[in-house]
Amino acid sequence: MAKKEKNAEEVSFTPEGTGIRTNGEIVRSTELPDPTDKKHTDLDLSDEDVVDMFEQMYLQRRFEERAMQMYQKGKFGGFLHLYMGQEAISTGTTYALNDDDDIITAYRDHGWGLVRGVSPKEGMAELYGKVTGCSKGKGGSMHFANVDKHFWGGYGIVGGHIPLGGGIAFANKYKQNGRVTACFLGDGAVPQGALHETLNMSQNWGLPCIYAVENNGYAMGTAVHRHSVGEIVDRADGFSMKKMVINGMDVLTVYEKMKEIADDVRENSEPWFVEIRTYRYRGHSMSDPMKYRTKEELEEYEQLDPVERIKNYLLDEDIIDEDKVEEIEDSVEDTVMEAIDFAEESDFPEKEALYDHMFAEDDYPFHR
Amino acid sequence: MAELQFREAIRAAIDEEMSQDEDIFVMGEEVAEYDGAYKVTEGLLDKHGPKRMIDTPISELGFAGIGVGAAMNGLRPIVEFMTFNFAVLAADQIINHASKARYMTGGQVEIPIVFRGPNASAGQLSATHSVSYDAMYAHFPGLKVIYTSEPADAKGLLKSAIRDDNPVLFMESEQMYGLKGEVPDEDDFTIPIGKAKVKREGSDVTVIAHGKMYHVATQAAEKLAKEDVDVEIVDPRTVKPLDIETIVKSIRKTNRCVIVDEAHPFGGLAAEVGYLIQREAFDYLDAPVQRVTLPDTNAPFAKNLFDEWLPSPDQVIDAINTVTYRK
Repeated sequence: MAKKEKNAEEVSFTPEGTGIRTNGEIVRSTELPDPTDKKHTDLDLSDEDVVDMFEQMYLQRRFEERAMQMYQKGKFGGFLHLYMGQEAISTGTTYALNDDDDIITAYRDHGWGLVRGVSPKEGMAELYGKVTGCSKGKGGSMHFANVDKHFWGGYGIVGGHIPLGGGIAFANKYKQNGRVTACFLGDGAVPQGALHETLNMSQNWGLPCIYAVENNGYAMGTAVHRHSVGEIVDRADGFSMKKMVINGMDVLTVYEKMKEIADDVRENSEPWFVEIRTYRYRGHSMSDPMKYRTKEELEEYEQLDPVERIKNYLLDEDIIDEDKVEEIEDSVEDTVMEAIDFAEESDFPEKEALYDHMFAEDDYPFHR
Repeated sequence: MAELQFREAIRAAIDEEMSQDEDIFVMGEEVAEYDGAYKVTEGLLDKHGPKRMIDTPISELGFAGIGVGAAMNGLRPIVEFMTFNFAVLAADQIINHASKARYMTGGQVEIPIVFRGPNASAGQLSATHSVSYDAMYAHFPGLKVIYTSEPADAKGLLKSAIRDDNPVLFMESEQMYGLKGEVPDEDDFTIPIGKAKVKREGSDVTVIAHGKMYHVATQAAEKLAKEDVDVEIVDPRTVKPLDIETIVKSIRKTNRCVIVDEAHPFGGLAAEVGYLIQREAFDYLDAPVQRVTLPDTNAPFAKNLFDEWLPSPDQVIDAINTVTYRK
């Protein structure tokens, strides 16, 4: 007996649905694990450390809010992928790692740059494409970098930088210098072959690298359950790799877990695969109408805002008072406005700079 | 001078450079315990050990990128592809990362890496194992591309490639690995990247040919010598940066030119060199430049079709007859 054929309208491929939590039974890789119940003192963090964490996170937030305004005013072009909502990850990780540990990430890189040595002035100037930018105006929003501070940069091809992270870790193992590499990627990079090839070699070769997915729920406009099967973190199982899911909305949690992981990587020279669950408050880029998610979902996550959360922690624990919070916020605001002035007043690169930084030598005979 | 096989010349270059710089390592499929798919790296595992001779899984994208990352972080990798036909899987790492990371970070990273392996066809291997990729990579700024024809060039240029602080693609040929040639014995023999060589002097026509096609051009020249046609052969050796001066100098002497290239005709080296010649030597030409390339088809398997597909000495002779108006 022939199997009954389906009607054309019954055939579909990609799972459907709007949002990451409103799609009936399909809710995968979205539940936030509990945040840590430890206080900062239990984590060997001083009062000054947590105040600084708040300041770092608030800087990332204000920098991007102002950058967005400048972009909307037409002050600079290109893409602008905003990190807002994910600042606990960059900040908690940077605190968890040593200063000479290596960090590499994708194109949503402003927060990472700011917390790893790109000054607000150099960052804003890079957005403006000015010669005073961290990458001399050659990279723009997607290519912040401060290699002296072991921040290897933001990269624009989804998943393309993952092998680079593995290679940085390879060189560290080769030199036996004790450095740990943290390679961050979005959930959208999880289905890329580059990840799976790199995880396989990393486990087989014992590379001291943390592969950390910042799962913000969406690959551009495609919800995580629509682009990846199963739980993201379970990719680790296929490579016998150590794994963990982390609440990415709480900086103390990110700090605690990433420190544990980094210590293990350093001690055993074995990689980890980590899924840090978070949420992206803005669109994929500035041209994104965000029709793929609901207002209610966004509001739900805004209640969990990592910047507000650490601020409230400081107040609740009486580490600082409202006046001090305001003082910090004003100071950050001044810093960001100064960065904008700096970017606007800076020069564009000279025309001759078109040919700079192509090759190691200055006298390369360019084809014409 | 010592007579070395092509593979021995490459091995010697790698071995000598590895012996004087601890940061150099080799990674690729079958490079270590198997002694190299084509025995290029034979014996290097025993000599340099498993830290520096690394067998990879069949993951061209992954290990090419790990090589690029390692180069950014201070090492000098030599990444072997079993053939550049497989390196297409790694093209993102070569084209989007190795060639661009220095530029887009404003010069913050250096990427001293060599990607090497055989290029183009090697007999009846059908469509996916027969493509010549040198011109494709030469299209992209930020890469240097070398495709040599003889053991001495291979040794001298590979040593320069390994010492270069930029990404370099170094191309070989399965069919040339057993080819023997004289290689200078001198202690530190290198050939600068970007220098063509006039390998046969002649006055009637300039033939430009590199890689495996150099030998096809040589056969054509030897046949024509019996008919008193005096062929000059220029081997570019480096595809990018291209030494157009040496090519133009030869054409000013012979006034006629044939380009032989084991690539497809559209947008290849032959097309580019043809353009440059009309720009730089228009007034010296006595005939339109001719080219001998692969046809605009994939490589067939059948022996008769494959022989038809691959540029032959007879095709080169036909082209020379055309530019010299002999027939």
